[in-house]
Amino acid sequence: MTGADWVDLFTHYLVLSLLSVGGAITTAPDMHRYLVQERQWMTDPQFSASVAIAQAAPGPNVLFVALMGWNVGLNAGSFFLASLGLVVTMVGILLPSCTLTYLASQWGHRNRELRGVRAFKQGMAPIVIALLIATGWVLATGAQPKLRDAPLWAVAFVAAIIVWRTRIHLLWLLGAGAVLGWFGLV
Amino acid sequence: MTSPPAPPAGETRRPQPESLTDLFLSLTFLALQGFGGVLAVVQRELVERKRWMTREEFVEEWAVAQIMPGPNVVNLALMIGSRYFGLRGAIVALAGMLAAPLVVVLALALLHARFADHPQLAGALRGMGAVAAGLITATGLKLVPALRKHPLGTPGCFALGAASFIGIALLRWPLLWVLLGLGSVGCWLTWRRLGSLEGAPR
Repeated sequence: MTGADWVDLFTHYLVLSLLSVGGAITTAPDMHRYLVQERQWMTDPQFSASVAIAQAAPGPNVLFVALMGWNVGLNAGSFFLASLGLVVTMVGILLPSCTLTYLASQWGHRNRELRGVRAFKQGMAPIVIALLIATGWVLATGAQPKLRDAPLWAVAFVAAIIVWRTRIHLLWLLGAGAVLGWFGLV
Repeated sequence: MTSPPAPPAGETRRPQPESLTDLFLSLTFLALQGFGGVLAVVQRELVERKRWMTREEFVEEWAVAQIMPGPNVVNLALMIGSRYFGLRGAIVALAGMLAAPLVVVLALALLHARFADHPQLAGALRGMGAVAAGLITATGLKLVPALRKHPLGTPGCFALGAASFIGIALLRWPLLWVLLGLGSVGCWLTWRRLGSLEGAPR
């Protein structure tokens, strides 16, 4: 990769950052088009694995972007370039959106008594809460509900009820899910 | 070490991060628990355990974090950090949310090639994914009481919430449409209601 390629990678992620309303994962299809199809800087399996690993690991899912930068650099030849790729893509995806969010939240906090600001925050509240419930639903059922996934739905349903009604530590539940999966019960 | 700004007069003293170090370590600890998404853990740790924010504040901040571009949980961390320590707090919160998980993710990526085909490991990940889905739903359910004093009342909130759920979960509309479409309706109705509540003589 040339210096111009690195600049191109960086600016591409700067733009994606501004487009990533609803989370960085919403821009993953475009990353695939750019990194795998157009530039061929990484392979299709590398791309899928980056998303899957970041989903399974602790921490924000946006870390799949770090793995993509890492893989691009690794393919370019060294661990040094891999680290460079990681920094370039992560700074790119975070800098514009974080700056905007910071300015917007400071402005909103200074003007929190304004009717418009209160109307925005309170008006969004029922929708935001419903979105959380819906997100759990979508994650549990996948792209298309299939009957053989019924045990998985049951696990999700029971976990939801337990977390809602008790104060048990979340890691116990995740551990239980892992054990059920390990022995092929779900 | 920096001490947090004193609370404004008239506001009761409430729990908050004691220093930038406290903020960093709290968010690191929280992010490392967040398998399959950090949001459920943020709600549990910051609202229920540490009580840095109320349920109502959490929902309000989350609305802003959702509507702005960028990863939502990262936006939320940044907003929480900046609330207590300004720009430095925002940067420290970001670092706390990302640094340690980044190391874990890289280690997993290096291991991945060796163990990708392990069926029991794949099963364990599937089981954890199902639990994580349940955690997110429960987080939503636990926030429902935050709507108790909402200007639109229970029926209004229920109608907006039900429409959002149907749009996202059952019809699979794009998130952006739901946020912009139903969001504008919700904000406009609330704006009118707030106006008539405050305009009315007491």
